[in-house]
Amino acid sequence: MNNNQMCESDGKSRTGSGTGEYFITYPDQVLENVLENVLLFLKSRYDRNAVSLVCKSWYRAEAYTRSDLFIGNCYSVAPRRVTQRFTRVRSVTIKGKPRFADFSLLPQDWGAHFTPWVLTMASAYRALEKIHLKRMSVTDDDLAVVAHSFPNFKELVLVCCDGFGTSGLAVVVSECRCLRVLELIEDEVTDDEVDWISCFPSDGVTNLESLAFDCVESAINFESLEKLVARSPLLKKLRLNRHVSIPQLYRLLIRAPRLTHLGTGSFSPSEEQPQNDSSRESDYLSAFAACRSIVCLSGFREIAPEYLPAIVPICANLTSLNLSYANIDAEQLKPVIRLCHKLQVFWVLDSICDEGLQAVAETCKDLRELRVFPIDAAENAEGPVSEVGLLAIALGCRKLQSILYFCQQMTNAAVVAMSKNCPDLVVFRLCIIGRYRPDCLTGEPMDEGFGAIVKNCKKLTRLAVSGLLTDKAFCYIGQYGKLVKTLSVAFAGDSDMGLKYVLEGCTNLQKLEIRDSPFGDSALLSGLHHFYNMRFVWMSSCRVTREGCLNVARHLPRLVVEVFRRDEEEGGERGDFVDTLYMYRSLDGPRADAPRFVKIL
Amino acid sequence: MDLNLKATELSLALPGTDDLPEIKTTTTTTSNQIKTNKRSSPDIDASVTDESRSAPTPKAQVVGWPPVRSYRKNILQGKKVEPEMGSGMFVKVSMDGAPYLRKIDLKVYKSYGELMKSLEEMFACMIGLYSENDGYKGSKHAATYEDKDGDWMLVGDVPWEMFVTSCKRLRIMKGCDARGLDL
Repeated sequence: MNNNQMCESDGKSRTGSGTGEYFITYPDQVLENVLENVLLFLKSRYDRNAVSLVCKSWYRAEAYTRSDLFIGNCYSVAPRRVTQRFTRVRSVTIKGKPRFADFSLLPQDWGAHFTPWVLTMASAYRALEKIHLKRMSVTDDDLAVVAHSFPNFKELVLVCCDGFGTSGLAVVVSECRCLRVLELIEDEVTDDEVDWISCFPSDGVTNLESLAFDCVESAINFESLEKLVARSPLLKKLRLNRHVSIPQLYRLLIRAPRLTHLGTGSFSPSEEQPQNDSSRESDYLSAFAACRSIVCLSGFREIAPEYLPAIVPICANLTSLNLSYANIDAEQLKPVIRLCHKLQVFWVLDSICDEGLQAVAETCKDLRELRVFPIDAAENAEGPVSEVGLLAIALGCRKLQSILYFCQQMTNAAVVAMSKNCPDLVVFRLCIIGRYRPDCLTGEPMDEGFGAIVKNCKKLTRLAVSGLLTDKAFCYIGQYGKLVKTLSVAFAGDSDMGLKYVLEGCTNLQKLEIRDSPFGDSALLSGLHHFYNMRFVWMSSCRVTREGCLNVARHLPRLVVEVFRRDEEEGGERGDFVDTLYMYRSLDGPRADAPRFVKIL
Repeated sequence: MDLNLKATELSLALPGTDDLPEIKTTTTTTSNQIKTNKRSSPDIDASVTDESRSAPTPKAQVVGWPPVRSYRKNILQGKKVEPEMGSGMFVKVSMDGAPYLRKIDLKVYKSYGELMKSLEEMFACMIGLYSENDGYKGSKHAATYEDKDGDWMLVGDVPWEMFVTSCKRLRIMKGCDARGLDL
């Protein structure tokens, strides 16, 4: 496979008659060294995967120089195989459970354990510096292994993980002396009554650049936190939990005026503080005013809305604002949002109503990402936002790339308008909370709206659909959604044809999650040619039978086909159909840690 | 909360026809639908209470719908969300000298023998089983627990069932310290 057949098998080249070639020992080795030096610059894993396919020599060189590992599905490959191929890894990213786990659709002990990974890496990757996990089960023991095994450990980022507590955190912060980044994002962290914040080494300065613990529910030792911030000169990102009040926030801000990212904690007064303490308001204003570098603001976990104007001094600099825990109305939002001209990312609750969204559309011309969450997630609730708000955003924010929008009613017209006005859309996720709800104006299904999105938004890679949808919508998606990689479907479609359109048409589909839709065995078969290219397929409460799943498993031996019931009853079936089907390709066969209620076909 | 099994059945009737399961009148509102992601909860919770909505009929709530993570759902109520442990009887276990706590579910065990074996594995040490005659002869550690009244007792004193209901937390002490505990 060597594409450089200049030399004999003994590695020496000949001086050809008249060519004046120099004598080179082991030209293969030289080439590999050169290649390695070049490959060091290659960061993208897609490029690296391509490189590794050229020939064995390139495969080796690439494996030797890959420092960032990305495992999109922790069960797709065994840890040992990975550590044997890539020997000099410094950074590891692993993703575990499928996304529907966030909505209680995955039984508790399903899996995605970090333990086998950390144990294998502990001996293989002594120079490991960064671990980034998403939807994995991580135990305190695992964190202890991390703390003890990697002398150079610098960054720990845990997103949507569970299984550990403040005691695990205590071990990490006390022993990882090089720690620069500790980010806990939307994790479930148990309260072990350990004062982990006090466990940072107390001598000298820390290397901390980023500390995020807004999801940690347990109270924090504020004095320790304050001292920690005071001796962390490199700290740029600080995200506090809801146990930090405004006066405490103030004390931290005056110690860390160079912050770029701030999570404000509760953003309400402490219990001892009298309400309407206007003498302090000017203090807060000046504290924020001193933080000229803040570009990303979040928190507001228990906001006292009258304090919101304190952030006015920094609004003009903000590129990201997360108010999605703040129950505020349009009148409270407007004085602040009117100043946010540079805003690119905005997360908010629908309590701001269509009127609030209009204000956003008027000012935030640079908006790239919008997420509107429902304050009341009930199906029969009054919807404060509607097609009016969506239309306003469509007309005002022409650069929009990503939207997540929860509402109770929608029209095709508004969705079509967005498809035409926002050609840069990459992510379109619309959640009409009432299931099977049609266009509220015309009574028609929402097919045409979503059809327009896939047709007009040429860069679309992620789509989530809702409302009343017939197979026609899926016909559009299959026909036009050629770049779609992630598709979420719930309570939609009429027949197998819907899923067939998607599996046959969406050539780049990688992640498919479907619930409560009438797709069955024959639809499943139409994807046989494609399942190996996908990261996973999830189908729950559909019309797939055990026989149908077995059939797929027989055709595709390298596909792991898991069948289970959400309530952990064994068997996997609910009536005639399988409750949940979850399948993914794996290089190493079915996993050994599947709980009893998971059946692997 | 009772399981309303009939209501959990997926109905694939034509969209628009309201196939309404029996709705139980309970006082539970959506605010009591607070579950963490981890809990496998009863499937639906009929939300019947207050709302005099113009919506035709109150629809039963479906698990995991709308797709909003549970701690977001709780902000309205301003409730403090404790990470739920499910319906087990979880107690904290600490061991002198160990850097951090563990948690175990007492419901999982049926006897002191099973519990001790599991603790041994967990802490990789020998915990002697207490016996009337010998005490903690020869072992380095002793398992103690705090009961409902706040007293620290030696594990093994009382019948298993009584232990399970009265134990609040466990502590594995050095054997020599445990001898100080009087019965």
